[in-house]
Amino acid sequence: MTETLTDPRVVRAIELAWREAALLDAKEYEAWQGLYADDARYVIPIERDAEDFDDVLNMVHDDARMRGLRVRRMTEGYAIAAVDSAITVRTVSRFIPTDVDDRSVTLKAAQIIVAYKRGRHDLWAADVDYVVRLGASGDEDRFARKVVRLVNADEAVPAAGFLL
Amino acid sequence: MTEFTAATVYDLPPADLVLGDRVAGRMYTDPAIFDQERTKIFERSWIWVAHESELPKAGSFKSTHVGRHPVIVTKDRKGEIRTLVNRCRHRGASLCEKKTGHANGFTCPYHAWSYGLDGKLRGIPYPDGYEGVMDKADLGLKTLRTESYGGMIFATVDADAEPLADFLGDVKLWIDRFMAQGGGYPVKVLGTHRFTYRGNWKIQLENTTDGYHFPIVHRSWMASVDAETAEMMSFMTDPTAVTHDLGNGHSVMQMVPEHSDLEADDGSEPLQPRFDGLVAQLEAAGADEAEIRRLVRAVHGTGFNLNLFPNVSMSISFFRVLRPISVDETVIEHVALGSDGPAEIVGPVNRERLRAHEHFQGPFGFGTPDDSEGWDRVQRGAQGAPELPIMVNRGLGREKPSAEGWPTSHVTDETGMRAAYAQWKRMMSDD
Ligand code: FES
Ligand SMILES: [Fe+2]
Repeated sequence: MTETLTDPRVVRAIELAWREAALLDAKEYEAWQGLYADDARYVIPIERDAEDFDDVLNMVHDDARMRGLRVRRMTEGYAIAAVDSAITVRTVSRFIPTDVDDRSVTLKAAQIIVAYKRGRHDLWAADVDYVVRLGASGDEDRFARKVVRLVNADEAVPAAGFLL
Repeated sequence: MTEFTAATVYDLPPADLVLGDRVAGRMYTDPAIFDQERTKIFERSWIWVAHESELPKAGSFKSTHVGRHPVIVTKDRKGEIRTLVNRCRHRGASLCEKKTGHANGFTCPYHAWSYGLDGKLRGIPYPDGYEGVMDKADLGLKTLRTESYGGMIFATVDADAEPLADFLGDVKLWIDRFMAQGGGYPVKVLGTHRFTYRGNWKIQLENTTDGYHFPIVHRSWMASVDAETAEMMSFMTDPTAVTHDLGNGHSVMQMVPEHSDLEADDGSEPLQPRFDGLVAQLEAAGADEAEIRRLVRAVHGTGFNLNLFPNVSMSISFFRVLRPISVDETVIEHVALGSDGPAEIVGPVNRERLRAHEHFQGPFGFGTPDDSEGWDRVQRGAQGAPELPIMVNRGLGREKPSAEGWPTSHVTDETGMRAAYAQWKRMMSDD
C-alpha cells in the first residue's frame, strides 16, 4: 500500500509537525508540551540507528515527567543556557509517511535548524521520526513519539539551551 | 614574583603568567601559548586514553588523541594494550576513522599497507618495488608508552616520562575508591556524550574542581531533582566537605564526604525512597539485602570529583575527558559508567544510572549547557583588560595540611585550581 502526502490523515500529522516547529522556534515550551500524549517519548539518541533507547545513553530521553521538568527549566529563568539561548529557525520537510491508519500516522522527515547566537550560525541537521496519534479533530492530534537523529549524533555537538 | 601589567603581560614568558593566587587571562587567549601547551603538557604528561572496559577483548580498539597525535588504542592477541599513532607509515593516511570497534588489524585504504593490532607492518601489495629499499621491520606504526592503573589507561609521547604509578602517587587510593561504585562488580563504560564549547581547555580543567559555582549555575538542575538528592549536593556550608591537593596537579574535591568510601557503610543511612522501584527489581532478580544496598548506594557514584592533570576527571559517577582543539575551542566527553555483571542485576541499576547521567550531562542535560554557557563567557570576558588577573585565591587563608599531608581547604575553595596551575607552571617552564 502506498501512503500519500495528500491523505488528509497525513496532512494532519504534517501540520502538527509544523505547529511544533513554530512553537519551538518561538520558545513557547508550555504550549509545545501540550502537543505530546502523556505516554509519549521525546528522544535524541547518540546512536543514529538505535530503536530501543532504555539501555543506552541518549542526549535526551524524556517521558512526560522529564518533559515537564525540562519545560520548567527552560522557562523558570534560572538556567543561564536557556535564558540566553540561540535564536532558531527550523525547516521540517521531506516527509515520508510510512504507516497510516485512522488512529495514527508514522512519518519520517528531515529537519534543518539554523541557530544564531552571538555572531555565529550553527547548523543542526537531523532525520526525524514522528508517530502522531490522531484525535477527534486536528486540535486533538498528539505526538506519541518523536526521535531526532542528528547527522552528527555521535560526534561533538555544541551544548544547547533550546530543544530540537 | 613578577607581577603582570597591561604593559608587560603580552611579553612575559608563559610561566610568569601563573602566580600562586591568580593567573593571567592571556593563558586562555594566546595561540602561541596553546601551541606550547600541546608540546610541553599534552605531549609530555600521561594522557588518559581509555577505560579497560572499552577494550573488552583481543581486537577491540578505540580511536582518540594524545596531544596532536591521533591514536588507536588496541588490545592485541596477547591481551596487551597498545597506543598506536593513527598514521600510515607509507604516505601518512589515517588508518582508522571509527571511534570504537573490533578488528584483526588495520589496512590503509590508500595503498593497502596492512598492520597488526600490535602495530607491526604485515603486508605491502606488490612488494617487489621495495626490494633493497627498505625493511618492513622498521616501518611499524609508531607506538606510545602505555600504562594503566585501576582500569584507567594512559599513554604518553614522552619516552622518558616517570612511571604512571609515580605520576599518580596519592591519586591511586582515590581511583580505588572511585571504582567501588561498581557495587561489587567491575566498572564499565555505558556510553559517551560529546560536546564542544568555545573556550580554552583550562576553563574546564578549573571547573572540575570548582565547587563554588554549583548552587549558582546548577540551580535549575537542583530544582528538578528530589529533595534527598538536592540535600546531598548542598555541600556549600558543610565544613567536612573539603578539597585536597594530591600533588602533580591532581586534586580531589569531596562534595559528599560520607560517600567518599562506599565500602565503609555502617548501615545507618537509609536508602532513598526514589529507589524503591529499583530495590524491588533487584529483589525479584534474587539479589540479597547487602548486595542491593551496595548497588543502590553506589547509583549516585562516589562523593567526590578526582581531577587528574591534564585531561581527565573522575567526576562522582562519570569521567569527564577534555581535548583541546584550538586556543578557544575544546571538546568534552562525558563518559557514563555502570556495573559489569549479570544482566538481571546490573540491567536495572545501569538503566537508573543512564537516566541520571542524561538528566545532568551531555549537550541537552540540565547541567552541562549551563556550565558551557559559563565557560563561553569566561573566554569572551577574558579578552578584556589583560592586566586584570583571573582569581584563584579563594580559601588561601584557610588552606592547611590534612593528616595525610595534603594541602586542604573547603570544597568551595580554589585549592584544586592552584594545584593544577602549579603543575602547568612547572611543565611550561621546563625546556
Ligand atoms: S598512505 Fe597508507 S598505504 Fe599509502
Ligand atoms: Fe558545573
